[in-house]
Amino acid sequence: MSDIVIKAESIGKKYVIGHQAERGGYTALRDVLMQNARTLWKKTKDMAKGKPIIQGDTMEEVWALKDVSFDILRGEAVGIIGRNGAGKSTLLKILSRITEPSTGRVTIKGRVASLLEVGTGFHPELSGRENIYLNGAILGMSRDEIRLKFNKIVSFAEVEKYLDTPVKRYSSGMYVRLAFAVAAHLDPEILLVDEVLAVGDATFQKKCLGKMGDVAKEGRTVLFVSHNMTAIKSLCSRAILLDKGQIGNVGETGRVVSAYLQEGTLSLMQQVWDDPATAIGNDKVRLHRVYVTPLNQQPTEPITVETSLQLAFEFWNNLPDAVLNFSVVLYSFEGVCILNTASQAKTCSIGLVCGSFVIPGNFLNDDTYTVRLLIVKDTSVPIIDVHNVLTFEVQDIERGSNWYGKWIGAVRPQFDWVLRTGHMLP
Amino acid sequence: MTDSSSARTHEPVLIIEPGRSEKNYWSDLWRYRELFLILAWRDISVRYKQTIIGILWAIIRPFLTMVVFTVIFGRIAKLPSDGSAPYALLVFAAMLPWSLFSNALSESSNSLISNANLIGKVYFPRLIIPAATLVTAFIDFLISFFILIGMMLYYQFAPGWQIFLLPFFMIMALLASLGPGLWITALNVKYRDFRYIIPFVVQFGLYVSPVGFSSNVVPEQWRLIYSLNPIVGVIDGFRWCILGGNSPIYLPGFLLSLIITTFFLWLGISRFRKMERTFADLI
Repeated sequence: MSDIVIKAESIGKKYVIGHQAERGGYTALRDVLMQNARTLWKKTKDMAKGKPIIQGDTMEEVWALKDVSFDILRGEAVGIIGRNGAGKSTLLKILSRITEPSTGRVTIKGRVASLLEVGTGFHPELSGRENIYLNGAILGMSRDEIRLKFNKIVSFAEVEKYLDTPVKRYSSGMYVRLAFAVAAHLDPEILLVDEVLAVGDATFQKKCLGKMGDVAKEGRTVLFVSHNMTAIKSLCSRAILLDKGQIGNVGETGRVVSAYLQEGTLSLMQQVWDDPATAIGNDKVRLHRVYVTPLNQQPTEPITVETSLQLAFEFWNNLPDAVLNFSVVLYSFEGVCILNTASQAKTCSIGLVCGSFVIPGNFLNDDTYTVRLLIVKDTSVPIIDVHNVLTFEVQDIERGSNWYGKWIGAVRPQFDWVLRTGHMLP
Repeated sequence: MTDSSSARTHEPVLIIEPGRSEKNYWSDLWRYRELFLILAWRDISVRYKQTIIGILWAIIRPFLTMVVFTVIFGRIAKLPSDGSAPYALLVFAAMLPWSLFSNALSESSNSLISNANLIGKVYFPRLIIPAATLVTAFIDFLISFFILIGMMLYYQFAPGWQIFLLPFFMIMALLASLGPGLWITALNVKYRDFRYIIPFVVQFGLYVSPVGFSSNVVPEQWRLIYSLNPIVGVIDGFRWCILGGNSPIYLPGFLLSLIITTFFLWLGISRFRKMERTFADLI
C-alpha cells in the first residue's frame, strides 16, 4: 500500500447539448410560432423542475471525460497532456471541486489548492496590496498566512514601488507577476495547475518553473496541465495523456510525450470522392479530392511551425466555359478566421479542374486549423461553400529560447530582423 | 479503504462523487468565513471608487426619496401620520428598512453573475457570494441611519425603549431579502430573464409596501392579507421601534410576515443548494 494521495476511479463528465434539426424547404411563420410556443412550454416546465434549458430539437450527450482512473502518489509531479478538448481542464475542474463528475469517484488526501488561472478575482480598481489579500483569500489562504508571506510575495513579484497603485494601471507583465506570486506562495499538499505559464516574460517564467519545481521537491504533489511539452518534460516525472476524454497513455514523461507528438488523430489531411454523381457539391460543381501535405519532409514526421504545407483541391466542373476561381479560408481551433486566400479566375470547360497553393514554413502558429473551401463563379457568386474540408495540426517545435509560453498571435512569421549595436542608420 | 491507508490520520480526506451532498457544507462555510469578509470588503471598497461625492450617495438617495414621499403623501394626498410623529420621520423610518431590503435583494440576486469568473475557477461554498452582498447593503444602511439621528434631533423626537429591539428588525430585513435573493441569483445563472425582473419588482414594491404611508391607512379587514408581503412586518417593526408608542405593532400581521420570511429563507437556501452544483457548468 503505497502512499496514494489522489485516487480517481472511473470518473466521467457528461454534458448534454442540443441540436437544431434541419428543416427542408422554407419555414412558415406558423411553424416558427408553433416551435417557439412548444419550446417555451418545455422551458417553463424545465425551469419549474430546476433542470437546465437546452436549446434545440434533438439532444446529444457528450462525454467530456469517460471512465478515467488513475492514482497519484505523494510528492509526485504529474503532467496532463492532450489536445484541445481532450478533457484536461474538465479533469482539473473535477479534482478541484468546481464542477461535479457525472460518474465515478475521487478520493483526495490532503489540502488541495487549484490554480486554473492566474489572478482569479483580481479587481482592477483595487491596489496591488489589496489584491494580494483578495486573491490570497480566494485561493484559500488565511489572512494571517498572507500577512506572514506578504513581503515574500511582493519581492517575488517585483512590484514594491506600485503596491498602492490600482492594478488597472499595471502593465500586463506586472499584473501577471503579482498574480503568480500570490499563487506561488500557496502551501497546499496538492497543487493543481492549469496552463498558467502561458503568460509573462521569459525571466519570470523561468522563475515560476523554478518555484514549481521547488514545490515538487518539497514533497508536495503537483498536477500540471500544459500544452508545452518542454515545460512538462522539465517538471514532471510522469505524464497522463488524455485523448477524447479517455486515458490514452500513462507513464514516464519522455515516452508519453514523444508518443503523443507522433500521432495526429485530429487531422483530416485528405478527402477523396470517387463518384462524380454522389460527390459533395451540387449540379454545377462536385469535389473530387482535397488534401494538405507537408513539403520537404517525410509524411510520418509531424507538421511543425517550420513546415511548408501544400493545400490542393480538385473538382468536377459541369458548367460550360465558366469563369471560376478558388477561395480558401483558414480557421484556428477556436474558430477565429486566420486568413483568406483566393486564386485568380480562369475560364474552365467541363471536366476536372485543380488548384493548389503553398503556405510557407515559419508562417502559421502552433494550432489546429480547419479549411473552408469556396468555388466562386465570375469572381462574385460562390457556387459551393464547404466548411471543414480539411483539418490539420501544426505543432510547436522545441525552441532554443528560455521562454516556454505559448507564442501569441494568429500567425507566427519569421521576418528578417536586423540587429546591431549602435544607432539606427538613417 | 479508509482504514487501510490511514497512516496520516490528521489529513483531511475528501471524496468527490456525483450527487454527493456535502455533509460538511456548513462547516466548510465557516471555514471560508474570511473569504466572506474579504468579498464583502471588496464590494464596499470598490463601490464608490471613481465617484466624486463617494459615500454621500448612500445619504442623498434615501433622503431625496423621503422628501418627495413626504410632499406627495403627507402634503398633497394628506394621509395621516402615526400618532404625533412628524410625517417625514414616519416616511424615513420606513425608507431605512426598505432601502436595506431592496439594495440587499438586488445586489444578492445579481451576485453570482457578476462573480462568474470566480465560480468557474475556484471552489468555495457558493452561498458566500450572495451572503457577502448583504454586508454592503448593511453598510449603506448604517450610513443613512445617521440621517435618521439628525432628523430626530431636528424634530426633537425621542424614541422609547423599543429602539433597543431595532437590531432584530434589521436582521429580519436582511433575511427577508436573502431568501428570495438566493433563489433568484441561482435562477439567474440559468435564466438571465430574472435580472430584468428584479428592478421592476423593487420599483413596484416601493409603492406596494407602506413606505410613503402608514400601514394604518390600510382597512382593518385587509391588513392580514397585506402582511403577506414580508416587508410590511419589517417596516411596521421599524416604525414601532423608532416612533415608539405612536405606531403600535399589528401582531398577527407581523407574525405572518415573519412566517413568510422564514419560508422564503428556507426555500431560497434549499433551491440554492440544489442548483449550486451545476453553477460552474452553466455560468
